[in-house]
Amino acid sequence: MSDLKYSKEHEWIRLEDDIATVGISNFAQEQLGDVVFVELPEVGKQVVQNGDAAVVESVKAASEVYAPLTGKIVEVNAALEEDPELVNQSPTGDGWFMKIRLSDASQLDGMMDEAAYNDFTASQS
Amino acid sequence: MVPFAGYEMPVQYPAGILTEHNHTRAKASIFDVSHMGQVSLHGDNPAAALETLVPGDIAGLAAGRMRYTMFTNETGGILDDLMVTNVGDYLFLVVNAGCKDADIAHLRADLPGGSSGGRSGGIEVEVLDDRSLIALQGPAASAVLARHAPGADTMPFMSALPFEVDGSRLAVTRSGYTGEDGYEISIPSSDAVRITELLLVDDDVALAGLGARDSLRLEAGLCLYGRDIDEATTPVEAGLTWSIGKRRRAEGGFPGADVIQRQITDGAARKRVGILPDGKVPAREGTEITDADGTVIGIITSGGFGPSASGPVAMGYVDSGHAAKETPVNLVVRGKPRPGRIAAMPFVPNRYYRGQE
Repeated sequence: MSDLKYSKEHEWIRLEDDIATVGISNFAQEQLGDVVFVELPEVGKQVVQNGDAAVVESVKAASEVYAPLTGKIVEVNAALEEDPELVNQSPTGDGWFMKIRLSDASQLDGMMDEAAYNDFTASQS
Repeated sequence: MVPFAGYEMPVQYPAGILTEHNHTRAKASIFDVSHMGQVSLHGDNPAAALETLVPGDIAGLAAGRMRYTMFTNETGGILDDLMVTNVGDYLFLVVNAGCKDADIAHLRADLPGGSSGGRSGGIEVEVLDDRSLIALQGPAASAVLARHAPGADTMPFMSALPFEVDGSRLAVTRSGYTGEDGYEISIPSSDAVRITELLLVDDDVALAGLGARDSLRLEAGLCLYGRDIDEATTPVEAGLTWSIGKRRRAEGGFPGADVIQRQITDGAARKRVGILPDGKVPAREGTEITDADGTVIGIITSGGFGPSASGPVAMGYVDSGHAAKETPVNLVVRGKPRPGRIAAMPFVPNRYYRGQE
């Protein structure tokens, strides 16, 4: 089992100190299919919980990625610009999207752990 | 699976759209397109009767040959696009799933001498709803099909032949919707699964879904009815004037002929064009097209990622003054204008069968 937390919008979060690394779940990348482009926020941008943060374009469609937590973007995954397929190949590893410096760590309390998230996706499909 | 025109259709099989798309261009894929309408027109000179509803030269279609045309309305708009095959003693039509009920009603009501009963001297409109349709598409398609249907490999592009395969009577046309060589195969529905499985035994053949069908036809520059053409677009605006033969242009005699003939002579105010976005951001259906000053000059009707084009590709309508190739345009994606240019279609060269070298 991993130390990842998951949102109901299918983002995962890995917290180190007050920096949350965020990406989309394996379930989400399977649903999206082949990712061909990721539009990432600018570093320094303020994002709010459940507000727009990124856009992921698959062969099928464009989908919004919401910020699971409120904070400031401190880094984005530049590798996705050249290799968007990393999102499919390694959704919770090299396919991460952005790092957010959290304003309110208590927002994590509402997130699911991996077991709860797996139950959640099982109930959705 | 997704609902599509009243059918449950696979967007993709487990391989995924990219793999299915690339496999079609490299080897061969089977698409289940049984949702499309198959109709036959029997009777006394069905070609002359059909010409009252479509601008294509149907009377000039030799036996065993097929042609792309469209049902037009009184304002020159497109009610549906279709394939017409002259089987010899009757015509065979393939129409879009979403339009088929309206098309059949239109044929029965408006075809001179049309009826569902086949009375003497009339045109009998027979709906072949006991037949399925699969498309076998890709460079390996002819070798694959010829193993079961000897002679299919030398059929000319846009021709038709009957074959008997494994005890089933197949109506085969060398046509398709991918820009590749290939076939559409009409099969009695009771045999469709068996024949499909027979073709799938070949290592070169895999199944492909609606997603790959859409990306393949987009790269090939082919229109999707309801998106790139509809009742508000004319064949001239849509860049389909090539499908209207010389005699029909001169004589008219189809719905909206006055509008279409005038547009052929004077030009249309807008045109369907290919569009290549710069960079990697796909410009999808509904994206506004603007000029350098930000004035809206058109709209994208189909757009996405072209796996074989290795980047985003799109088609849409622009004011005719902006339709020249290489004209720079902006594509407003998520509120932000992004540069692109008008480009020639197809985005990937067609590889239709042109006979033995």
